Amino acid sequence: MKDEATLVPMTYAPPKARSLLEPHRIALAAVFLAILVSAAYFMRWDWLPRYQDRLISGLWTTMLMLISTSVVGFVFAVPLGLVQVTGPKPLAWLANAFCTLIRGTPLLLQLWLLYYGLGSLFAQYPEIRSSWAWPYLRQAWPYGFAALTISFAAYEGEVMRGAFSGVPKGELEAARAYGMGRWTAFRRIWFPRAVYRTLPTLTGETVLQLKSTPLVATVTVMDLYSVITKVRQDTLLTYEPLLLLALIYLCLTGILVLAFRLLENRIPSRGN
Amino acid sequence: MIERQTFGSEGNMAETAQAIEVRDLHKRFGPLEVLKGVSLSAKQGDVIALIGGSGSGKSTFLRCINMLELPTAGSVTIHGETIELKKDGNGGLMPANRRQVQRIRTKLGMVFQSFNLWQHMTVLQNVIEVPVHVLGQPRDQAIEVAEALLRRVGLYEKRDAYPAFLSGGQQQRAAIARALAIQPLVMLFDEPTSALDPELVGEVLSVIGDLAREKRTMILVTHEMKFARQVASHVVYLHGGVIEEQGPPEQIFGDPQSERLKKFISSIH
Repeated sequence: MKDEATLVPMTYAPPKARSLLEPHRIALAAVFLAILVSAAYFMRWDWLPRYQDRLISGLWTTMLMLISTSVVGFVFAVPLGLVQVTGPKPLAWLANAFCTLIRGTPLLLQLWLLYYGLGSLFAQYPEIRSSWAWPYLRQAWPYGFAALTISFAAYEGEVMRGAFSGVPKGELEAARAYGMGRWTAFRRIWFPRAVYRTLPTLTGETVLQLKSTPLVATVTVMDLYSVITKVRQDTLLTYEPLLLLALIYLCLTGILVLAFRLLENRIPSRGN
Repeated sequence: MIERQTFGSEGNMAETAQAIEVRDLHKRFGPLEVLKGVSLSAKQGDVIALIGGSGSGKSTFLRCINMLELPTAGSVTIHGETIELKKDGNGGLMPANRRQVQRIRTKLGMVFQSFNLWQHMTVLQNVIEVPVHVLGQPRDQAIEVAEALLRRVGLYEKRDAYPAFLSGGQQQRAAIARALAIQPLVMLFDEPTSALDPELVGEVLSVIGDLAREKRTMILVTHEMKFARQVASHVVYLHGGVIEEQGPPEQIFGDPQSERLKKFISSIH
């Protein structure tokens, strides 16, 4: 009680708004720039122009693989998640079994089973070899596409199951109470509500999917990773091509995260 | 402010004095019989307050009117049109004609205890959702009506806010605007103030009182006895799944006959 002044709390000073030009940020940026400059200066990049076209086409293949398998995988994920919530029981059980099986085995194994297993099986049937599908089935990319799609569908199906069952029952009840049919209620309320809830998870799954795409290089699809492998074999360089590869994946991830964040911000949320 | 719609689109839903006619409604949840034969009728412009302790079946009864809860036996008639029900093979009933139930539901404006606004839509989008996507009204017309309704419940400034950013009272007023937007024949209120903080109850009750005064037909499940006494034209006291006593509010609150109702009213105050 002697010194009452000490009991008065100090005036609260709010933290300064974050700025890009804080000292530690400038320092970090400088370090990063130095690494970049010295990498450009001390390392060998003379191979770049020669492989430019192949790199661009590899990047294109990687992006095409990512986008097409994510989109098609998501289309399959929605019914996979939905039937696990709504039933009927046998379908729910099947969907659950599918998700468990795919999520429980390595993607590389699935890809090889498809490509080396199914692919060589197809080749044994003259009916298939003479059908319209053969020009596709003899290529590698359909197997890569199938494996990545199935994997994404299984992981995302599990996410959608949670998202569908997490939509508050009251909101669905309100949809029914106002005369919405099952389809309208699904299209207008249940589905968009579930997707918005699950966007952060979906971002992560898509980033993971991006980093699964190099596996298709193992079945001779010429994606970015396999172009870089080719560069390494031709030039006997190790670090330069791999650093470039890392940089490109990093940029792609950044773009993905940014795009999803824009989508998320369309509907501000408050902890639900 | 809001036009009352006259309903001539379906022949059998033409103007009738009886807005709602519920006959001998039973509802059973497994071994538990929640409603043991409740009959109730409301004329147009009636404000019926359903009161009773928890477990008396009042909310279940309200939810049976728009078939959110399927009755085990009995019938519901809205403006002369009886909801067709058939046996579900499990000892209960189910709608014989899903489209009919959906159509009738669009004439019953339900307000829930926990608001149940669609959280991924703004207030305005919530209000125009059913007019545009269920009733097929043109969007700009629906927006016009919705903005007038939001002005009326004092939420015009909040029309572009998402429900999560509103107080409970604001959310419930938005939910009332959503119900009014379908120009309902009957408003159904399921304990509209029970989930609200005490200081927010008043703003919601004043909106509901407003609707009662303009002679809107409504059925109101509530614990707000003072409010029920003010706005209701008829009060129904449910106990144990049957109507124990009913009558005008002065009689129910001023001169209750049954011991239970006397006890209930004194316990609530």
